[in-house]
Amino acid sequence: MNDGVNGVALAVFIFFFLLVTVMGFLAARWRKAANEHSLDEWGLGGRSFGTWVTWFLLGGDLYTAYTFVAVPAAIYAAGAAGFFAVPYTILVYPLIFTFLPRLWSVSHKHGYVTTSDFVRGRFGSKGLSLAVALTGILATMPYIALQLVGIQAVLDVMGVGGGEHTNWFVKDLPLLIAFGVLAAYTYSSGLRAPALIAFVKDTLIYLVIAVAIIYIPIKLGGFDDIFASASEAFGQTNPATGAPRGALVPGDAGQWTYATLALGSALALFMYPHSITATLSSRSREVIRRNTTILPLYSLMLGMLALLGFMAIAAGVKVQNGQLAIPQLFENMFPDWFAGVAFAAIGIGALVPAAIMSIAAANLFTRNIYKDFIKPDATPAQETKVSKIVSLLVKVGALAFVLTMDKTVAINFQLLGGIWILQTFPALVGGLFTRWFHRWALLAGWAVGMVYGTVAAYGVASPTQKHFGGSAKEIPGIGEIGYIGLTAFVINVLVTVVLTFVLKAAKAPEGVDETRPEDYTADAGDPGVQTELPPATAGSTH
Amino acid sequence: MSQAPETGRGPVVTPVRVVIALCLVAPFVAMLWVGSYAKADPVVIGIPFFYWYQMLWVVVSTVLTMIAYKLWQRDQRARSTSKGGAAR
Repeated sequence: MNDGVNGVALAVFIFFFLLVTVMGFLAARWRKAANEHSLDEWGLGGRSFGTWVTWFLLGGDLYTAYTFVAVPAAIYAAGAAGFFAVPYTILVYPLIFTFLPRLWSVSHKHGYVTTSDFVRGRFGSKGLSLAVALTGILATMPYIALQLVGIQAVLDVMGVGGGEHTNWFVKDLPLLIAFGVLAAYTYSSGLRAPALIAFVKDTLIYLVIAVAIIYIPIKLGGFDDIFASASEAFGQTNPATGAPRGALVPGDAGQWTYATLALGSALALFMYPHSITATLSSRSREVIRRNTTILPLYSLMLGMLALLGFMAIAAGVKVQNGQLAIPQLFENMFPDWFAGVAFAAIGIGALVPAAIMSIAAANLFTRNIYKDFIKPDATPAQETKVSKIVSLLVKVGALAFVLTMDKTVAINFQLLGGIWILQTFPALVGGLFTRWFHRWALLAGWAVGMVYGTVAAYGVASPTQKHFGGSAKEIPGIGEIGYIGLTAFVINVLVTVVLTFVLKAAKAPEGVDETRPEDYTADAGDPGVQTELPPATAGSTH
Repeated sequence: MSQAPETGRGPVVTPVRVVIALCLVAPFVAMLWVGSYAKADPVVIGIPFFYWYQMLWVVVSTVLTMIAYKLWQRDQRARSTSKGGAAR
């Protein structure tokens, strides 16, 4: 890692980076829109993507630096506990299948672009809509931060800046440049840029995985040897904690944590604004259901990549910062030029989702905060402009997370975001299936969940950090260690249900529901469902 | 799970829909019951049970979701044709 710059790898990396940058700018011309200055066009790509593009888009934000860097790093550091990401992605598909088609239908019927739009329309509550919007923006930042950590790990291993001894500016300069590029092409071409680049990214990723999963085990003497040396490494005592470093199979104590992390992450994933953006971009509700049958391809990749954590141990990779384990493994095992390809896959694989995430957060801000609360009479051009600026600000917010928080356990960035975003689940998914919940009860439940989750996460210490050191804590009343996000979610639901009974008894005003039951099952081609045209941008309300 | 316009379209709970629900619930039961697979043996091509079992479930759950999708499509078609295709 400290043996200077790897020139060949760096050259290959830069080549691919330039390639996607050019593609990003060209994307603005791809399937050119009638009106590129409308928010629907910039932020949702005109909502006309079919199965395969949607698949690439969804995959693009589901499988990211999280997959390539954070999960294998967790396995490298602690073994089995990090593998929860596999059951997590398995549980995602039945969930998508069940509720996203309903969201697609009601959104296309009423022109909702964000989850907040839906919540406001369903419950007639601006307060609840604001809560959902703020949560979405907040929770997206640490998730983008995770992508930044991934890019930083790659640049560090290539010898560009980074290291332990350089000053912070040299260390972070490559990171700032990378995000400057991303910001520039996201700014000019919106969602079409990541969609097109996702093709390059996924091709690279498949190639790298195929090679890594065949070539590295053979070179290391097969999985028998890999797991034997991992087992030996995990058996050794960690001087910091006095306990074994990890385990190949979770013990009794870790099983609750494992299951709650998997379930909590799965429930959280499709609450994120960027996942919703990708879903709403699809052409019909059938596209979404069809997608659930091909998305698992990505899960298999995730499992394979997770095993790279063990391979890094077997290959004798020794790094202080676990996030560097996989890039370092690639540099050790591959010829320089292919290491460059692999680094490009990781780098672009982090950039694409970061772009999608920041666009989604920007949409949320513009529609549900700027237009609802600040400037209701904004013109479409103003809206688009505000969105573009906010998408930059969100990236800056993510940078702040990276620069201030501990980067050695990057998976915690994503889990922290999960704690927050999960608190919007009752309003969103509850609202998709029933109007029984009272809007004020939902708001109260959300507030309690947010406070509990944040306070609990703040109180978790790790050997390297006093606060926000982890995402699991004892579940009150059960005594097992579980994911804070899921505990907060359960508390949230309890508060919501109890208060709904109370408020209904007190005959508190319910608010106006502008949706009708049949809106939730409408598909493309049904009366009133518009698939191609932006139904409710600023332009149509003025 | 019952997403059809329910009024006047036959019973909401049908055997087919129960099967669809089971297909979608099965992965949750299997994956959240960690105790059922938290062991190292049997090892297959050097990979402990814990790991290959979960990878296997990626494939199993895909198949289950696909079955659910096909059944759901058939269910929807049957319902709209039984009404002479006059959906709305």
